Amino acid sequence: MKFSVTVTLKKDVLDPQGKVVQNTLINLGMNLSNIRQGKYFEIEVNEKDQTKAEKNVDEMCKKLLANLIIEDYKVNKL
Amino acid sequence: MKSSVIVFPGSNCDRDIAVALTKMQFKNKMVWHKETRLPKSDLIVVPGGFSYGDYLRSGAIAGKSLIIDEVIKAANNGCLVLGICNGFQILTETGLLKGTLLRNKNLKFINKDVQIKVMNNDTKFTKKYKKNQFLKINIAHNEGNFFTDPLHLEKLKKNNLIAFKYCDAKGDINDEANPNGSLENIAGIFNTKKNILGMMPHPERMVDDLISNTDGINLFSSLIN
Repeated sequence: MKFSVTVTLKKDVLDPQGKVVQNTLINLGMNLSNIRQGKYFEIEVNEKDQTKAEKNVDEMCKKLLANLIIEDYKVNKL
Repeated sequence: MKSSVIVFPGSNCDRDIAVALTKMQFKNKMVWHKETRLPKSDLIVVPGGFSYGDYLRSGAIAGKSLIIDEVIKAANNGCLVLGICNGFQILTETGLLKGTLLRNKNLKFINKDVQIKVMNNDTKFTKKYKKNQFLKINIAHNEGNFFTDPLHLEKLKKNNLIAFKYCDAKGDINDEANPNGSLENIAGIFNTKKNILGMMPHPERMVDDLISNTDGINLFSSLIN
């Protein structure tokens, strides 16, 4: 079973990389108001039961993929 | 006093700290991260560097390595633990210290000597310094921007758990003296029991007048007595 995980900085945490990307796009003439940069993972879980698999991925996020002090994560089934 | 320095793939300040510890009469041992037992230690040092190439987040992978369970156990039993630079990042990833180190505000790797002020000298790590004494210590990092939640910040202030703050040449703590955007200029913190210190500046680089200054020596001599 395959999942995607997106990890992004929380709303109130400064994202200087996102800001630089945003300013560069604006300089290129693009029309946008905000960018937040994040990380993306694709995970194949060795588990057929979807509830259990989702629980596994959630644990992966909490234990390693995201730092919950500064980051939020979203899990999607692919 | 017996010390252990934990070595990860990508650590690069491990030998500097070993030289500093030996100079200060510690009996030091290097411990590879795959070990599952720690030698008997009064002090454990998690050194600076780029463990695992800073993959995922600085310190994230090292913070889950085999030896870390032993470090956590020892720390919880009162053993002194010092995390410098990447070591500080690793300690926050293990949960031994709260908070985290974000990318420097200016997005640049900063390598320079800065001034830091001793905020609390009533600890095993800092007792040889005077309160509010300022020291010239080298920093060399890309992720040194200390961040934590408001509740923890309040606790740090209330319980005197801030070890060092960045300050200017006169000792004033202000935005101009803050090299990396750290919350309230914080350069180093203690845990509640004050047996764990995490700091971004490198005291082990300041133990010899020949190559720098000796402002870092008192940190180690505080511990030896």
